[in-house]
Amino acid sequence: MFINFFFDLKQASLPVSLKEYLMLMEAMNKRVVDSFNVNDFYYLSRSALVKDERYLDKFDRVFGHSFKGLENPEGETTKEIPEEWLKLMGQKYLTDEEKKMIESLGGWDKLMETLKQRLEEQKKRHQGGSKWIGTGGTSPFGAYGYNPEGIRIGQKEGKNKKAVKVWDKREFSNLDGDVELGTRNIKIALRRLRKFAREGAETELDLDNTIKSTAHKGYIDVKMMPERRNKIKVLLFFDVGGSMDAHVKICEELFSAARTEFKHMEYFYYHNCLYDAVWKDNNRRYNDNIKTWDVLHTYPSDYKVIFVGDAEMSPYEITYPGGSVEFWNEESGETWLTRMLNVYENAIWLNPIPERYWDRIASTSIIKQIFSDRMFPLTIEGIDQAMRELNK
Amino acid sequence: MKFEGTSSYIATEDLKVAVNAAITLERPIIVKGEPGTGKTMLAHEVAKSLDAEIITWHIKSTTKAQQGLYEYDAVTRLRDSQLGDEKVKDIKNYISKGKLWNAFESDKRPVLLIDEIDKADIEFPNDLLLELDKMEFFVYETGETIKAQNRPIVIITSNNEKELPDAFLRRCFFHYIKFPDPNTMEEIVEVHYPDIKKDLIQEAFKIFYDIREVPGIKKKPSTSELIDWLKLLMTDDVDAKILREKDPKKLIPPLHGALLKNEQDVHLFERLAFISRRENESVE
Repeated sequence: MFINFFFDLKQASLPVSLKEYLMLMEAMNKRVVDSFNVNDFYYLSRSALVKDERYLDKFDRVFGHSFKGLENPEGETTKEIPEEWLKLMGQKYLTDEEKKMIESLGGWDKLMETLKQRLEEQKKRHQGGSKWIGTGGTSPFGAYGYNPEGIRIGQKEGKNKKAVKVWDKREFSNLDGDVELGTRNIKIALRRLRKFAREGAETELDLDNTIKSTAHKGYIDVKMMPERRNKIKVLLFFDVGGSMDAHVKICEELFSAARTEFKHMEYFYYHNCLYDAVWKDNNRRYNDNIKTWDVLHTYPSDYKVIFVGDAEMSPYEITYPGGSVEFWNEESGETWLTRMLNVYENAIWLNPIPERYWDRIASTSIIKQIFSDRMFPLTIEGIDQAMRELNK
Repeated sequence: MKFEGTSSYIATEDLKVAVNAAITLERPIIVKGEPGTGKTMLAHEVAKSLDAEIITWHIKSTTKAQQGLYEYDAVTRLRDSQLGDEKVKDIKNYISKGKLWNAFESDKRPVLLIDEIDKADIEFPNDLLLELDKMEFFVYETGETIKAQNRPIVIITSNNEKELPDAFLRRCFFHYIKFPDPNTMEEIVEVHYPDIKKDLIQEAFKIFYDIREVPGIKKKPSTSELIDWLKLLMTDDVDAKILREKDPKKLIPPLHGALLKNEQDVHLFERLAFISRRENESVE
């Protein structure tokens, strides 16, 4: 039974190892949780097997599948309900009269059956109304609505405290991030970008200098020096959305490798081309962006700049003011890129699209030109070359 | 030896199971969570409830794994040798024990807190792998092996600034302290201020969770900030009625400085309060 559970976890690509499984068995053996309580076992196995909060949600799903006989996480009924549907969008206030009017659809099984059907039928976000799944309506499915026998999906708190079953017990859902752990190769490639310098407090014995000074003075004269540290500082700019969706995985790998490799690293997001603002959180990009001028002023010119993007867009998005697909940009993307390159001498562009296609895409050629040919493919080999370039 | 929470610390069921598993199996436990959810407190409370000594090792960006074991001060010895100090003859005089050594030597099973391990260099956790696994290390200068008399209960906290290596994680239990729900929060407040007025708590909680819900807030207030704020409200003897205030001029809760830590957030909150007031009016 437990072995199956372990393999289920493996299959769901959770990074569990034999060592952790044995640890769990040992804990069971030593009766860490003495009752045969499912909850306690759940807590214990979670603590032993999951080592990062972004896997907690997936773990919950697999656990539910393995032990409660629920449908498969990827199965029909629990098919991921797009969160967008359920986002709190305000709700409809029902009068008592309306509440009375709502009739339940029948028993629990019936509800499940119908939900399954609705999920199949419905493809879009829906709000209000009395049949479709969405928020604030009177359908038995969805959140923030009222139906005494409703199923609640993705709702934060029981509004009327009457839903039959709460599906959103999965409290960790927004931490799930599918970063593969195979980033070692990237880390090694990034390691090329190192510049050691001795700075700060003098904590190490400088042997050569001590010998020299001792010989000179005739008594032991200890000389100290600061420790060697990697003083490379990096600014990373990631293109997000649109055509970049296909390259999310490799970008995540690069990001997670860079985060562990560089002590001084700042990252920003942009869309397609650099304009007057960048942002740090994709959920809040419109209310909470950072002016590109501020970036240029905040980080000194000894920062190394890495752009990551497919450079695939309409050429107007680079060369003309107002060319951006999303908003009216006063100044062209080219102007902003040039400004950036004027401040930061060491800058390169990493492109996830294979090199052989670059010449055929007009925008890629333009950006490559702006970067004076410092564009490299986002492969291990490419990163290696790029780091050599940055080290110059 | 079992941890059941203490009179001054509310431990959720899952946290207790994780801590007890770590205690029984004598393995380190890594505790992560939003700032201010009581990660560091946990170690102190475990020590208190088990009546064990607590040894804390605060990690900084310059901390080296070796410093936790011992440090050999060769420079002082060299200097002393010139002065002909008698101390020079025994190398032990120049070895200072680190926190891990202290913990290993303890007669009674101690609690060792390694606080904010993610602050250190990326190699730091790897350098401690063997020492935490076997609970022993070798002192090259004196040729002795230091072995733990009682395997300490090791509690490690992390703020997620760096990812920890897999090999290290595999040897530990893990617990993510999630932000307490209102019920747990009520218990926590109860523990800190047993004689606080019920209606004050209710109003304060509403404001507190509202603030946390504000989309785009830069620094979400945490448990410890709520506790501070409540303390201020109590010392100033603020009435619950004031918190219920809907007057546009008094939208910002009193003493908000304890909850909101930068001016953008204060501004954002003003906007939220304004909107919510308008909604209330339209309903009434």
